[in-house]
Amino acid sequence: MVETTSSAGGAAEFHHWWNNERFRGILYQILLMAGVVAGGWFLVANTLNNLNARHIATGFGFLEREAGFGISEHLIDYVPSDSYMRAFEAGLLNTLEVSIIGIVLTTLLGIVMGIARLSTNWLVARLAAAYVEAMRNVPVLLLLLFCYSIVTVSLPLSRNALNLFDCVFLSNRGLRIPSLIWDANAYVVVGALLAGVLCSILLALWARRRLDRTGKYFPVFGGSIGLIVGFPLLAFLATGAHLTFDVPHLAGFNFTGGSTLSPEFAALLVGLVIYTGAFIAEIVRGGILAVSYGQTEAALALGLSRMQVLRLVVLPQSLRVIIPPLTSQYLNLVKNSPLAVAIGFPDLVSVANTAINQTGQAVEGVSIIMGIYLAISLIISVLMNWYNKRVALRGGR
Amino acid sequence: MAERLLRGGDGLLSGPIAWARKHLFSSPANTVFTLLALWVLGTVLPPLVDWALIKATWVGDPAACRAAGGACWALVTEKYRLILFGIYPFEEQWRPLLAVLLFIVMMLVAANPRCWRPWLAWVLPLALVAVAVLMWGGIFGLVLVPNDRWGGLPLTLILSVAGIVLSFPLAVVLALGRRSQLPAVRAWCVAYIELWRGVPLISVLFMASIMFPLFMPEGFTIDKLLRAQLGIILFTAAYVAEIVRGGLQAIPRGQYEAADSIGLTYWQKMRLVILPQALKVVIPPLVGQFITTFKDTSLVIIIGLYDLLSSTKVALSDPQWRAFYVEGYVVAALIYFVFSYLMSQYSQYLERRLSAGVRRG
Repeated sequence: MVETTSSAGGAAEFHHWWNNERFRGILYQILLMAGVVAGGWFLVANTLNNLNARHIATGFGFLEREAGFGISEHLIDYVPSDSYMRAFEAGLLNTLEVSIIGIVLTTLLGIVMGIARLSTNWLVARLAAAYVEAMRNVPVLLLLLFCYSIVTVSLPLSRNALNLFDCVFLSNRGLRIPSLIWDANAYVVVGALLAGVLCSILLALWARRRLDRTGKYFPVFGGSIGLIVGFPLLAFLATGAHLTFDVPHLAGFNFTGGSTLSPEFAALLVGLVIYTGAFIAEIVRGGILAVSYGQTEAALALGLSRMQVLRLVVLPQSLRVIIPPLTSQYLNLVKNSPLAVAIGFPDLVSVANTAINQTGQAVEGVSIIMGIYLAISLIISVLMNWYNKRVALRGGR
Repeated sequence: MAERLLRGGDGLLSGPIAWARKHLFSSPANTVFTLLALWVLGTVLPPLVDWALIKATWVGDPAACRAAGGACWALVTEKYRLILFGIYPFEEQWRPLLAVLLFIVMMLVAANPRCWRPWLAWVLPLALVAVAVLMWGGIFGLVLVPNDRWGGLPLTLILSVAGIVLSFPLAVVLALGRRSQLPAVRAWCVAYIELWRGVPLISVLFMASIMFPLFMPEGFTIDKLLRAQLGIILFTAAYVAEIVRGGLQAIPRGQYEAADSIGLTYWQKMRLVILPQALKVVIPPLVGQFITTFKDTSLVIIIGLYDLLSSTKVALSDPQWRAFYVEGYVVAALIYFVFSYLMSQYSQYLERRLSAGVRRG
């Protein structure tokens, strides 16, 4: 295109070097670069000046210093005398925990609601539509604050906790559930569960290959359920039907024993899941509608069952439509997780915020947050793109 | 499928029974689902209606609410000025009210396809200036109200409308830059867009509130609201740029080539041929982005600004009324819902209308 314009103009003025499009292109780029460099230099120089004036040392050296603040929930050992580095790690793990559990739950909720909206059952479809519209049109932060208020204001004190079979307790201190004590029996049963999962994966691979080779169908779904439930059950009976649980009980003003789901974590998780679930439901619905009804009719005419039609014909095709927008919903969930700050769940951003307030290292703190979120976004995008390539139409066929 | 066809033939083709049979009880599974849904509605709805309407208290104090045992809408009658307008001076609150009405008129004008003319690009920023004059005052005999006293619904609308309108020019430049033939221009635009899209809005707001003062020369300060607004504009621009890029890609190559062949320069080509078509295509997704921005401005609560959600929270922090948080949040949610729902319905209507036009053409 560059050549066309410069050679097409026959008039003399087009031959001046300042009218040459290639020259102009280079000029524009040099100007832009100069502008960006000058702007960047302006910001950096100002920042260094300001930091000097406030006697704040630059650099990430502060990460080695003692943090001195507590973190209410942590997946790794953490005490206030640990370093800021350790505090950031604990915060990051909390962010990852809520993101991963949230993504799994919201996908399930979204798929159920998306299919329910398409149900031939009028009532079910209406209810699902009401859920989707209600959630999509209010801010996620409002949902979080609302959930948090429910837990902290409306749930009873520990003394009068809602009680399920004397082992699950719901109070304004969160949800308290029994936890498994890791003795030899527990290891055997959990090991059997993992073995069941592994075997069902192998079974699925084998069934797939047999289907390709001989055309004979094997009910993988039922078989897998049998394996996943049956293996641990057998192990449980074989070890003498004996598992020990640490059951929570009331001691003074709070519970001891068992493991707990804190009000902050529960509110954050529930808020994020029901909010994102509504968007995923719409995506799933759109994806299923994108597969033309002729496909379903053709599959039914071949004699496939309703379930087989959904699993073998409709779902694989709709996945191609669903995956790209689903990726951005996953990213949205992760990027909404720092709203934890508003309800006091110690995620990465909330830890960084405390660290910034204590040390004044705003530049470093915000860079760490942004760097980590960019990295997470990139990893999710890469993973989902890889999966998308697997389900996409292959050009050769 | 076959079952349903057979059933259709047993005489009842219309009427409520046939309707119920077709839509609620077409198969055993469907019957189970229907009964389940009815059971859920039956257990949830009556207590809800009882709470929200029958036992509700509309005017009164917390004690009256507790005595009645239902919803305490008295909270809203008592605190609606605080929820809607924050801590704006009480006797001056006709100004934010007028600003909200002006915003609604602005949205109605911008939503009308007959008003999609070049003058709209001047009228919207002018209306924003009018809102600013109204809110700040200091001239035309209006009392000056510093913007740390702004709050409630007007603040939410200002942050989101200004966020979209003012980010638009930057977004168009970024979108054009991303499709530019010049590698350095393209690289910078891609970097800008992907960087902002990869980080959460809350970190941008943190940056605006804590880091921005460090970036500026000593002695130069702008207040927190404007910094947050700037952050929202820069952040939204990245998303709007991607939407505009989608519109640019939707324009057939022939249009670009035709513009080139009649000898238009790059800017003439964009201004006269490409952008007018591309911008029309992107209006529905743009409305979607506006809904997102409208909801996301609630995050400014975290850096201490008093938008609608924040002022609701302030109203609920009164220990007397704290127990009635449900009513407070329900009202705030309803305001958000009405705005977002109407806009999303409008965007769906527009999408149908625009795509119908394409098919006809």
